[in-house]
Amino acid sequence: MIDIDILVIREPGLLRQDLERWISNEWVRPDRSEGHVVFHDIDVARVRLIRELRDDLAIDEEALPLVLSLLDQIYDLRRHLRMVGGFTGVGA
Amino acid sequence: MDDPYGTLGVARDASQDAIRRAYRKLAKQHHPDLNPGKPEAEARFKKITAANELLSDPVMRGRFDRGEIDAEGHEPPPRPSYRDYAEGDAGARYGGTDDFADMFGSMFDEARRKGGGRRPGRDELFALTVDFLEAVNGATRRLTLPDERTLDVAIPAGTEGGQVLRLRGQGAEGHGGAGRGDALIEVHVTPHPWFVRDGADIRLDLPVTLAEVVLGGPIEVPTPGGPVRMRIPPHSDNGTKLRLRGRGVPAHGGQPAGDLHATLRVQIGGADAALDAFLKDWTPEHAVDPRQAMETTP
Repeated sequence: MIDIDILVIREPGLLRQDLERWISNEWVRPDRSEGHVVFHDIDVARVRLIRELRDDLAIDEEALPLVLSLLDQIYDLRRHLRMVGGFTGVGA
Repeated sequence: MDDPYGTLGVARDASQDAIRRAYRKLAKQHHPDLNPGKPEAEARFKKITAANELLSDPVMRGRFDRGEIDAEGHEPPPRPSYRDYAEGDAGARYGGTDDFADMFGSMFDEARRKGGGRRPGRDELFALTVDFLEAVNGATRRLTLPDERTLDVAIPAGTEGGQVLRLRGQGAEGHGGAGRGDALIEVHVTPHPWFVRDGADIRLDLPVTLAEVVLGGPIEVPTPGGPVRMRIPPHSDNGTKLRLRGRGVPAHGGQPAGDLHATLRVQIGGADAALDAFLKDWTPEHAVDPRQAMETTP
């Protein structure tokens, strides 16, 4: 778990204002602890994902919520399939 | 070792712009988050990314082109992709609402309903044979079902053959806490030796003696409700119909009681010398030819 300062340092090219906007848009949902935001590994990976989508795949921030929402739904589905697969013995 | 130019599908002298375009095009195709469940896409994406990182940096590209470094040597240490987290338990953090849980829940509910979940039991059909008088007057019969249950079946008065009685909640067991189905009892009625049902009325051939039919008099008539005394009018005949009002099928279900229709059937009995003697000397007061109608119309 790291805070926002460390994350910005660790991710070259990541602008703090971008990150703060993503947080306020709830595209990234770090934990909040005593007024500080705390990033888990998945949050860091999600920041990278957003940057890849935006910078590498040229998905602008207008379309990003849609893409993120679709991805979240797919992962939800896959997690559930995996869970169901665990129950039924069928690989998901 | 992969050639980063080959990986991106660009010429060795491609411009930085062409490399970026090629990378974007391939990254769109192979991005692991757009290809969940395809590990080969992820591997390919890593190669594409590594190739891009090498070639998009003019300094690195120059060193690679000069052979100072190789592509593999500068492959960044693999870092977990978003997917590695998102598909694990941590992914729930960015899970949507409970839509999926709901969806799965309802799918399983559906499956349970179809495959033996909560659903009411089937209706079961049983046949029950009852006596004529039980059907007419009503009765309670105990029925032993195939599953050892016993069922007291109230047969209402006036039940007709083929009628189906529905006993709510006495059918097959429900599943998942649902109630039983209904028991459907199809009633069969055995014929009676002398009573015949005609709707609410009962017909009866009533044997009478010669004296009773000629002289009339009180007799006892069987009815479904028990014997009833009645008077045969004098000078009745074989085939005379008498009606006992209200002595047919008892009133039931808002229907008034039916009547009993008795048709007199004269029985002469065995040989009787006195009768023989009388008839030899007897001259009928009004001679009739019972076959007259048959003679005039051949």
